[in-house]
Amino acid sequence: MTGVNDDVPGGRELLRVEGVTKSFPGVRALDGVDMSLRAGEVHVLLGENGAGKSTLIKMLSGAHRPDTGRIVVGGDEVAIRSAQDAERLGIATIYQEFNLVPGLTVAENIFLGRQPRTALGLVDRKTMRARAAELLKRVRLDVSPNTPVAELGIARLQMVEIAKALSLEARILIMDEPTAVLTSEEVDTLFGLVRELRESGVGIIFITHHLEEIGALGDRVTVLRDGRSVDEVPASTDEDELIRLMVGRDIAEQYPRQRPEEPGAPLLRVRGLTRNGPKGLPVFQDVGFEVRAGEVVGLAGLVGAGRTEVARAIFGVDAYDAGTVEIDGTELARGDVRAAMRAGLGLVPEDRKGQGLVLDASLQDNLTLARLDRDTRGGLVDRGAQRREAARVAGQLKVRMSGLGQSARTLSGGNQQKIVIGKWLLTDTRLLILDEPTRGIDVGAKVEIYQLINELTASGRAVLMISSDLPEVLGMSDRVLVMSQGRLAGELSAAEATQDAVMELALQAAPESTTNNDESAMEGSDVR
Amino acid sequence: MSAEVKTGAAAEAVGEAPDRDGFGPWFSRAVLRNGPLGGLIALVVVMAVLSRDFLNGQNLLNVGVQASVTAILAFGVTFVIVSAGIDLSVGSVAALSATVVAWAATTEGLPVIVAVLLGLVVGAAAGLLSGALVAYGKLPAFIATLAMLSVGRGLALVISGGSPIAFPASISKLGDTLGGWLPVPVLVMIVMGLIAALILARTYTGRAMFAIGGNEEAARLSGINVKQRKLVIYALSGLFAAVAGIVLAARLTSAQPQAATGYELDAIAAVVIGGASLSGGSGKASGTLIGALILAVLRNGLNLLSVSAFWQQVATGLVIALAVLLDTLRRRSAR
Repeated sequence: MTGVNDDVPGGRELLRVEGVTKSFPGVRALDGVDMSLRAGEVHVLLGENGAGKSTLIKMLSGAHRPDTGRIVVGGDEVAIRSAQDAERLGIATIYQEFNLVPGLTVAENIFLGRQPRTALGLVDRKTMRARAAELLKRVRLDVSPNTPVAELGIARLQMVEIAKALSLEARILIMDEPTAVLTSEEVDTLFGLVRELRESGVGIIFITHHLEEIGALGDRVTVLRDGRSVDEVPASTDEDELIRLMVGRDIAEQYPRQRPEEPGAPLLRVRGLTRNGPKGLPVFQDVGFEVRAGEVVGLAGLVGAGRTEVARAIFGVDAYDAGTVEIDGTELARGDVRAAMRAGLGLVPEDRKGQGLVLDASLQDNLTLARLDRDTRGGLVDRGAQRREAARVAGQLKVRMSGLGQSARTLSGGNQQKIVIGKWLLTDTRLLILDEPTRGIDVGAKVEIYQLINELTASGRAVLMISSDLPEVLGMSDRVLVMSQGRLAGELSAAEATQDAVMELALQAAPESTTNNDESAMEGSDVR
Repeated sequence: MSAEVKTGAAAEAVGEAPDRDGFGPWFSRAVLRNGPLGGLIALVVVMAVLSRDFLNGQNLLNVGVQASVTAILAFGVTFVIVSAGIDLSVGSVAALSATVVAWAATTEGLPVIVAVLLGLVVGAAAGLLSGALVAYGKLPAFIATLAMLSVGRGLALVISGGSPIAFPASISKLGDTLGGWLPVPVLVMIVMGLIAALILARTYTGRAMFAIGGNEEAARLSGINVKQRKLVIYALSGLFAAVAGIVLAARLTSAQPQAATGYELDAIAAVVIGGASLSGGSGKASGTLIGALILAVLRNGLNLLSVSAFWQQVATGLVIALAVLLDTLRRRSAR
């Protein structure tokens, strides 16, 4: 990937944010943010989770209003009170969660609420389709405008969102972590498109946690920390400096893994694990491996290789058709989460908000959820014990919160993940399965989670870590298992495991069908 | 949340919502500040001003009696709604349970205590069956309990042959007063309310209700046996419905197969007015009690003001909509 790193791109100023502040009950989300965006510029917004990025873009898209400060668009001070206001000002936002209606077609989604009409006031489907086809061509998306959106993978959904933004003739495009869910090929396509948009004079605010993307795509970087814009630097600034600006201190080591001298006794033994899929294709087949006490075993592979499914089967969430899961030599019942928990397993699922947390419940309730029966005595839940235990683990994990009564929804991603992990520290978990433990989490919180993994294994517990972040897998695992197409393609020791070695195994025996159907589009790896 | 923030948020919300209702701006402000309790107090004040007969002890106890059956039903429905379900069958189950009690005691001549136990078991069993359809049959709760609404009413008609059955005198005392002034239904309502509050706040099933209603998948992945808990939750709702049915029949001194028709909607309204969210994860017994009282005060007050029964229905509907609307506003501005 090559980048254009002009220090100051030429275009006129499209947007200026001056001294914007915003408070929510108990939190000062923004505490003085300044930034500007020029036409034909990719402006990267960088900061840890909770630094205020989301609040800032919600302000620009009309979801929040600033308490103080000014937003200037095209030279005029504006008040963006609604999504419609933002649209009128030419601001389009592509969130991580797409705003598309699955049951409608691509064309209908692009023109949702703004469908071209015939003289009779009916939707002019022909014009709509033609205009949609034109837009799809611009974003180089090779699907029919009549395709239902539900049939598209994530990368294509994103393109549809961009086409929608183009249809609004947006001059300011805000993209919130657009690359988080894409494969490296898809990222290249996206970058090509973003560069084209930049050429045509669109100003792009680009949020990413992948520092290497900044140099490749960005022009300028505004760094946010604790709700303040701490600095504006050129995108060519080196990564260490960016991290320092972002976390406000040097991070000594990104992967602080302390490997054990000698792994302990086998804790988990999986043999011949097989689950048949709906069309005769196995979801996973003949998967067998061991995890020993004190070890971190990485489970690498492309998204869709069956890693999450294996983890869910081991933890008893889903049933399987053949094979055994043993803990300490005792076979676990199939499809029984409670039995798995009793045997000492814990699972931190990949979808933090959808599967890990009860978002509107308090931190105390979330932290103690997995030990609810153990806190029940004589039919009543001992709320005092729950409070003590929750307070203890929240302190241990340094959760940044206003109190245990705060709802999980209001925490930043990193702190939310600490709550999900903390839940398993409050049970007798001896083997913790982490599925994408640091996805969407900022650098500072990542290192804290790595340190926690060290503490766990140092105390004789074990970790099975699924991750699509290859440097993380290599940096933190003592052994790496690689899955491909539902099978275990191989095992690498820490010394053998290199990016190339892992990728070679991950791509092994990949039938040609993976590249040309829509389903596989959502199953990209994050390997870059 | 500090009081200051609340006030600020409430003021902002009032600014956004011009007062179009007839009760005046202070009414909405009271509701916005204090939620359902503020609404109840404001409503009581309005009624007291409009009718001299409203604010005397006897009438207030009447309001309590009128609220009791709805409240007891609603406590049971609270469990279901907190767990993100719905129970449309409670009115029918109440009538079925009362009919079973009367049939067992009066027609079959069983001891009263056995008859009452049988009624409670039938109520719980009806709930259990709905719960099984929801948890294991994977039917939407709306459909499963809609079916039970019909089945329950039908069985009540079958058992009674369509006519009221006299309630044994000893249980009909449940409809009387204690010490000459305290109506027993009010007492039962308070006891059931305390039990409901205890279940919600302090029992395994209660805490599981909030987890299941908030995020069923997260609850399951945290080792909560969601299906089994749903059985318990719907069974509790059925059990509370049985108690409500017996109280209602005691007041009428007979079990009527057509009794409590449509009460499920009042119960759901009471839960929602009380601040619970139909999408699950939130709800309180105290809120539900206040919701039931708001409905009872409104009906009682409108009766005293000689408003026709037809217009009363209109007013009730408006109050339900208004209460939930203001609650939504309050939450949004507090967020």
